[in-house]
Amino acid sequence: MKPGKKLKSTACDTEVMVVRGADVVLECGGAPMTEERPAEKAALNPAFAEGTKIGKRYTDAAGSIELLCTKAGQGSLSVGGVALQTKEAKPLPSSD
Amino acid sequence: MNLSLILQMAAEAEPERIGLVCDGRRWSYGALLRAAQGAATRFSESGVGYVALLDESSEAAPIALFGAALAGIPYVPLNYRLADADLAALLKRIAPACVIGDVERVRRLDPDSGHQLQSRADFVAAAEQAEPYAGEPAEAGIAVQIFTSGTTAAPKAALLRHANLLSYILGTVDFGAAPEDEAALVCVPPYHIAGIAALLSSIYAMRRILLLPAFEPDAWLALAAAERATNAFVVPTMLGRIIQRLDAGSPPDLSALNAIAYGGGKMPTELIERALSLFPQTAFTNAYGLTETSSTVALLGPEDHRAAHQASDPQARARLGSVGRPLPTVEIEIRDEDGKCLPAGERGEIYVRGEQVSGEYRERSALDAQGWFPTRDAGWLDTEGYLFLAGRADDVIVRGGENISPGEIEDVLLSHPAIADAAAVAVPSLEWGEAVGIAVVPRPGQAAPSDDELKTLIRNRLRSSRVPERIAVLEALPYNEMGKLLRREVRRLFQEA
Repeated sequence: MKPGKKLKSTACDTEVMVVRGADVVLECGGAPMTEERPAEKAALNPAFAEGTKIGKRYTDAAGSIELLCTKAGQGSLSVGGVALQTKEAKPLPSSD
Repeated sequence: MNLSLILQMAAEAEPERIGLVCDGRRWSYGALLRAAQGAATRFSESGVGYVALLDESSEAAPIALFGAALAGIPYVPLNYRLADADLAALLKRIAPACVIGDVERVRRLDPDSGHQLQSRADFVAAAEQAEPYAGEPAEAGIAVQIFTSGTTAAPKAALLRHANLLSYILGTVDFGAAPEDEAALVCVPPYHIAGIAALLSSIYAMRRILLLPAFEPDAWLALAAAERATNAFVVPTMLGRIIQRLDAGSPPDLSALNAIAYGGGKMPTELIERALSLFPQTAFTNAYGLTETSSTVALLGPEDHRAAHQASDPQARARLGSVGRPLPTVEIEIRDEDGKCLPAGERGEIYVRGEQVSGEYRERSALDAQGWFPTRDAGWLDTEGYLFLAGRADDVIVRGGENISPGEIEDVLLSHPAIADAAAVAVPSLEWGEAVGIAVVPRPGQAAPSDDELKTLIRNRLRSSRVPERIAVLEALPYNEMGKLLRREVRRLFQEA
């Protein structure tokens, strides 16, 4: 997963862009994410159904990957079955 | 990564929300995206190498910016204030281009370069009607090309890649963070990096943009009051003119104005102190950045302003004259002429590094092997990491081998109660190679101090090498429309005299 790469959920409408990448398989709604959306959606795993929010950053505990949600969906993001967390950044004052 | 992501996300989140107000027309994020997609189709079909804007600010700027990004063609906003010969040279450098705006002028200045011309109204109407762009947006490449102002040589074509600008926005702006009642008054010209950054930041934050085609203090005040602007970016000269209007007559209702950001030139301490007193509830932010760094790299935030304004400790108070600390995503170093890193308190050249830093020109990249960009700005850091600017490295006066920063002389001159503005420049000297020349502007109603008084002031506060050989008294110093002092014009004054 290189920075800038876009991935789509196979189980919901979620789309993400990779901000910081690592060699892992990303899942959404419990199913692996892919570059193209499949013709038919996979079933949403209820254990990964908390939903994604547009504009939120998601990261793993080690901070080795970071994703930007560019389209919201019902699934939630995970790697190897471990849920990703939203990253809270300290807001900066607007300078433009 | 493609810059169009910014508008796409805003339109995805809330397509009906108003994102832009210009000349009375209100644009939703959905309508802006739709027009940008139509513009991308037109640009893509035209086969041109560049999309240029030669116009004041309007909805055409974001539509062309995002349309060009989608189509993978560099967007080049041109300075419509340039003289004919200078503009003609730039038009030739981007031929063939789609040029939007002043079509008559392009026809007159560069008729044979194969440019495709459209007035603002025709461009916007065609973009709204064209089929949405069906291609995949480019993943890399140049999003924006800005010609530098070329104060010393021919203008350089600074290149900003999609990745540079997106890194800046993703690193500094929280998506959709602005409540629906927030609106940012944007009055900087579209050909300036601050004008580009204002569009990108506001759309990503989903803060409604109130676009003022060209700055004029009464129009600014009227728009701020009528649309209840909550945020604004100004250059120091604009702030000065706004305050003059407020002092002169019945002030309009600016109660919604929560935040004012400023940058683009040196803010006189007296002016910012006056503004802090006049707007006690407003959050002030000073931003320092360059075209080549995708806008802001350091900022002095609202708490810093109030703390410095209220401080009695001289070092803390002096920070009001700083540009604050680097962004968390940016590194800053001060280096000497040999490239050696300097400790706090020592003046040198400012070097910047980070993903948003392009440092790239059409002709060459200015980055060193480790990715550092030499800004050619001089400055120093204090012990807590606050950055102070000390003019351009090229403005240093070299008198008999000794480097003299104009800023230190100007600061002393400005401490004189009868002096409103001052500039120090290099003047030719048979004895020293270069010597110091100063131009001073007396306060209204005050006589200029005598040459002897000024020389004594500088000798006592600095060193004898700083004492000016030439002194000129002016009614005003020459500034460009962004508040940048035109030192070459001050230098010319001494060459002619």
